[in-house]
Amino acid sequence: MTTTAPNGTADDDFAWRGVATEDTEEVTHAIGVKLHARSRALLATLVRPVAGRTALAFLLVVLENVAQLSGPLLIAAAIDTGIPNAIAGDTTVLAWCVGGYAFCGLASAVVWNVFLRLSSRIGQALLIDLRQRIFEHAQRLPLSFHESYTSGKVISRLTSDVDALDDLLEVGIDDLLTAVLSLVGISVLMLWLDLPLALLVLAGLVPLVLVTRWFYLRSNLAYRSTSGAIAKIIVQFVESMNGIRAVQAFRREGRNESIMNGLNVRYRDANADALTVMARFTMNVRLVGNLTLALVLAIGTWRVVDGGLELGVLTAFLLYLRRFYDPLDDIAQFTNAYSSAIASLEKISGLLQEKPEVAEPEKPTPLPKNPGQRGRSITFEHAEFRYSPTAPVVLPAFDLTVPAGQTVALVGPTGAGKSTLAKLVARFYDPTSGTVRLDGIDLREVSDVDLRAAAVMVTQENFLFSGSVADNIALGKPDATRAEIEAAARAVGGHEFITALPEGYDTDVRKRGGRLSAGQRQVIAFARAFLADPAVLVLDEATSSLDVPTERVVQKALESVLADRTALIIAHRLSTVLIADRVLVVDDGRIVEDGSPGALISADGRFNALHTAWRDSLV
Amino acid sequence: MDATTSVHPAPGDGDSTPTGSIAALRRLTPYLRPVRGRLIGSGAAVLGSMVCGLMIPLVIQRVLDGPVATRDTGPLPWLLLAVAVLGTAEALLFYLRRRLVARASTRVEAELRADLYHHLQRLPISFHDRWQSGQLLSRAVSDLSTIRQFIAFAGIFLVVNSITLVLGLLVLFWLSPMLGLITLVFAAPLVMISSRYESGYQVLARRSQDQVGDLTTTVEESVLGIRVLKAFGRGPQLTARFLKQANDLRNTELAKYRLQAKLWAAILLLPELGIAAQLLFGTFQVVDGTMTVGTLVAGVTVASYLSWPTDSIGWLLAESNQAATASARYWEVRDARITVTDPESPRPLPVDGKGEVRFHDVRFRHSGSGREVLRGVDLTVRPGETVALVGPTGSGKTTLTALVPRLADVTGGKVTVDGMDVRDLRLADLRTVVAMAFEDPVLFSASVRENVALGSPGVTDEDVRVALRIAQAEDFVDRLPWGLDTRIGEEGLSLSGGQRQRLALARAVVGKPQVLVLDDPLSALDVHTEAEVEHALRSVLSGVTALVVAHRPSTVQLADRVALLDGGRITAVGTHSDLLATNPDYRDLLSTMDESADEESVA
Ligand SMILES: Nc1ncnc2c1ncn2[C@@H]1O[C@H](COP(=O)(O)OP(=O)(O)OP(=O)(O)O)[C@@H](O)[C@H]1O
Ligand SMILES: Nc1ncnc2c1ncn2[C@@H]1O[C@H](COP(=O)(O)OP(=O)(O)OP(=O)(O)O)[C@@H](O)[C@H]1O
Ligand SMILES: [Mg+2]
Ligand SMILES: [Mg+2]
Repeated sequence: MTTTAPNGTADDDFAWRGVATEDTEEVTHAIGVKLHARSRALLATLVRPVAGRTALAFLLVVLENVAQLSGPLLIAAAIDTGIPNAIAGDTTVLAWCVGGYAFCGLASAVVWNVFLRLSSRIGQALLIDLRQRIFEHAQRLPLSFHESYTSGKVISRLTSDVDALDDLLEVGIDDLLTAVLSLVGISVLMLWLDLPLALLVLAGLVPLVLVTRWFYLRSNLAYRSTSGAIAKIIVQFVESMNGIRAVQAFRREGRNESIMNGLNVRYRDANADALTVMARFTMNVRLVGNLTLALVLAIGTWRVVDGGLELGVLTAFLLYLRRFYDPLDDIAQFTNAYSSAIASLEKISGLLQEKPEVAEPEKPTPLPKNPGQRGRSITFEHAEFRYSPTAPVVLPAFDLTVPAGQTVALVGPTGAGKSTLAKLVARFYDPTSGTVRLDGIDLREVSDVDLRAAAVMVTQENFLFSGSVADNIALGKPDATRAEIEAAARAVGGHEFITALPEGYDTDVRKRGGRLSAGQRQVIAFARAFLADPAVLVLDEATSSLDVPTERVVQKALESVLADRTALIIAHRLSTVLIADRVLVVDDGRIVEDGSPGALISADGRFNALHTAWRDSLV
Repeated sequence: MDATTSVHPAPGDGDSTPTGSIAALRRLTPYLRPVRGRLIGSGAAVLGSMVCGLMIPLVIQRVLDGPVATRDTGPLPWLLLAVAVLGTAEALLFYLRRRLVARASTRVEAELRADLYHHLQRLPISFHDRWQSGQLLSRAVSDLSTIRQFIAFAGIFLVVNSITLVLGLLVLFWLSPMLGLITLVFAAPLVMISSRYESGYQVLARRSQDQVGDLTTTVEESVLGIRVLKAFGRGPQLTARFLKQANDLRNTELAKYRLQAKLWAAILLLPELGIAAQLLFGTFQVVDGTMTVGTLVAGVTVASYLSWPTDSIGWLLAESNQAATASARYWEVRDARITVTDPESPRPLPVDGKGEVRFHDVRFRHSGSGREVLRGVDLTVRPGETVALVGPTGSGKTTLTALVPRLADVTGGKVTVDGMDVRDLRLADLRTVVAMAFEDPVLFSASVRENVALGSPGVTDEDVRVALRIAQAEDFVDRLPWGLDTRIGEEGLSLSGGQRQRLALARAVVGKPQVLVLDDPLSALDVHTEAEVEHALRSVLSGVTALVVAHRPSTVQLADRVALLDGGRITAVGTHSDLLATNPDYRDLLSTMDESADEESVA
């Protein structure tokens, strides 16, 4: 992702957004060409697996066309020969024609039915493939990606952008193919009928190609901006719905509406633009077609009058010419959908190209099996960390060893870097330099499955998924039995309130756990970690919203669990800190004190000061 | 495993029967009215271009029959000119048709979306708790774009093609009642099949749209919950759920296509059989001498000319049904009632109001839940007083605080500010007087300034700075790369938990409200910062009425009095030390005796 100079300040309408470094939105021509190539490549990889079936579908279209085309011929035969014969008393030709016509109708209906089923399966296979790729890729991408990309954009990649491809599939390759088939067929027929006139017609294709090129570029531009605009709408929408309490309490509705209106108008205009471009394109295609027709008519007539051309040839030629231009509308339709899909695929391929920087190792090193020991040691070696290359260093290089089984508490002022340090252990990020090791093995060498089984973090922002309470706890261990889930809930003091819910463990917690109180959500997040039962447990202010008695229960549970586990606990309540074997005081990214709680209290340092302040607050 | 159960709206709203959906489509009329000129114009352009398209061959016929056949080029230039003019007119009408509908359809979409957004922002929190945001989002985006496409294309062709069909049939009857009758006989089953198909298709269209909503929800959760997913390595599980949903969606789509394929086959077949029958019967009549060959040819020609309008029925029906269910889904949300509204005749707040807050026998039950969370809360927060609200986890503190700015309305009793029932005040007035800080600080993707001022007019940079100072947030904001202008939130810089909470606190104090409601505002702060914030808050709180939810004794000390909420009632009110001494429940909840014991053992 290219970072550029700060933008946004110049534009007064968008001053509220503030300044940030972000990727450029305007795409230069050179980049545009590259983007096209990229989206075409993506499209190709999507089509490859269904190539065989697509070929079959093409065959069906050809068949259907044959059936369709024979219809008029049969009618002509019926009228020219069948009826006169029938009047003369011989109905065989008529019978054949009528029967043949009915048969063709039937055949084309059946073929069409089969084709539709086949092509819908191909289309859906393509879509599901694309959805899966985006989703899985987004899941693999590191936290740092998600922190700058925004949920709204990922959502729009997976919804509105995929829809554009869906639209392309719906417009139908069949229309395109039918169009191309008839174009080629009619061209051949015309060339065969009369070369000069045919060349004239084909010369008319030159402006058409130019117009199509123009259209493709213009509409791609338009669709690029619709796709960008709808993404912004989604971002704004998601954000206001998620912050609806603050929106209402602080009367931000009006402000939000004017923001949304701005975005909405942009989207509307971009869309209207795209449609208008399409309007001009179809007009030009028709115009070129009709004027060529007039020209052919003029020259043809003149040549017939001159005696250089048969009347019948001219008649046939004109009839075919008329049908020559009809498919062009379908081609326009297809080009339109294609251009929209390509614009969306540009964005999608951009997401797919993001490298999972915190990637899984190719050849992971297994973590050592330590029978009889349930914790694992954590080592930081010259680990340094900053959130982005341009951001200041949050954690200057440091060394730290936490032996297996130790419970370490991290304390320090807000913004000191405690969560950051903890997140390095859970490998949310990789250190900018230096290494973090688990039982001596660099985290970058450990497979994701091993790592997540060994180390689990309860983050400061706990998140409940929609679904039942039990589902949410089971996130810690997907194959857990109900008994295990209940045991975990019981251990952290959640069983009582959970059973008091209308459907107990099966109660839907609703969006983000809105059915529960903040403390209850935290208890569930805790139960999750408890159920996961990892060798290394990282708790980032996991008890901040609990009342004292509940906290006590949790603490008891912790003490028994943590006895032989390695634990990293971040807490502002010193009551929690005091259960630790060792305390690290972090300030401004540095570990400034390190020792047992008792020792640090007796020493005359920051922890002592914190402790005194806390004691004073206790009355 | 997911939320479809909770997604469905209150009974009576989700009427997705075919007639219900068509009615939902009809309800779009007010949005169409301003652009009806353009829509009619566009339809007229379609008809006009059809006429041009029909006339061109006629003129060509004249050329072939006239100048060419007679070798008389006299009228030729005129006829050629006619072709050119008609051809140009056809092209222009093509342009006009799309051009007219471009602004119209996108405008309707934008207005529908703006009104939806407007409505959603005013729907009560209880609504938002129940509706998955993916379902809301899919309505605001994909359903509306379905409706737009319908208006732009299918809607117009539905009208135009119906007109063409009826005209064509009339022509056929005029040519020969027999031929007309045959066409009708073969068209009749189409109507039956289509109407049967319609209800089946609508069910599927609706299901697919709902599934898109669920899929969107999963996507949103997968991103918002990414930390949890990463922490537990549960990406694969959620991916499995996503794939299952995507697969369900695919199956619905395939079912839709299968149904469509059946219908289309019938639509293709029946008219062809009709033409075959026409040929057959026509020939008999010709043999009988009751019909001329010319009439038969004309009949067959007209019938085959009708094949495009007929063939398009399948596509048009699909589009209309899709648009119908999409608008039914749209109206479900628009029909949700805004329960927290301005009163009929709002009363002004007393000018000399001091901000006294009283709860009178307040009862509250969450919608859809059988149990009352608050069962008669009586509490007075005197003007200028700070009352700490304490209570066990899940006792209803957050619920109670939300009643003051009317994020929810009481289900019994009343809440008054300066003696006025909050329901008698204009919402804007009430929410100017009352400011809140929530348990989980939500930041918007905007500058720090915007996040603190939240766009309320008349807040100067100095006000923002004062508020940041109170929340002890000025230092770190100044250290951000662009200070107050730095964009934070999802699209900007991420902040630490404590930093976010302090911004949320600054947001609450910036407007100098009379009443401050703070829900556990210091939980993410370290002891020192907490002390500093408290110190600064105290100076602010001196003139302000405040209700502060607290879990920690240190926060409680901000307060003049403490109220204990337990079992849905206020069971005790007093000073911290009084309550510690006299109330065993309170002691249980806030005493740190155990902790001191712990600490002794450590020391
Ligand atoms: N995702 C991020 N991207 C960029 N900067 C970040 C990010 N998260 C935190 N920071 C910054 O890094 C610094 C350390 O943050 P961290 O979250 O580690 O603090 P903390 O010690 O956990 O504080 P708190 O007690 O408030 O949670 C802060 O200045 C913060 O603004
Ligand atoms: N939307 C809801 N629907 C039904 N019940 C709810 C809803 N929100 C909360 N509850 C229930 O109401 C009770 C009170 O919740 P509330 O959030 O007010 O508790 P609280 O006192 O703020 O707790 P905490 O200290 O954990 O924040 C809880 O038992 C909770 O399960
Ligand atoms: Mg933190
Ligand atoms: Mg609460």
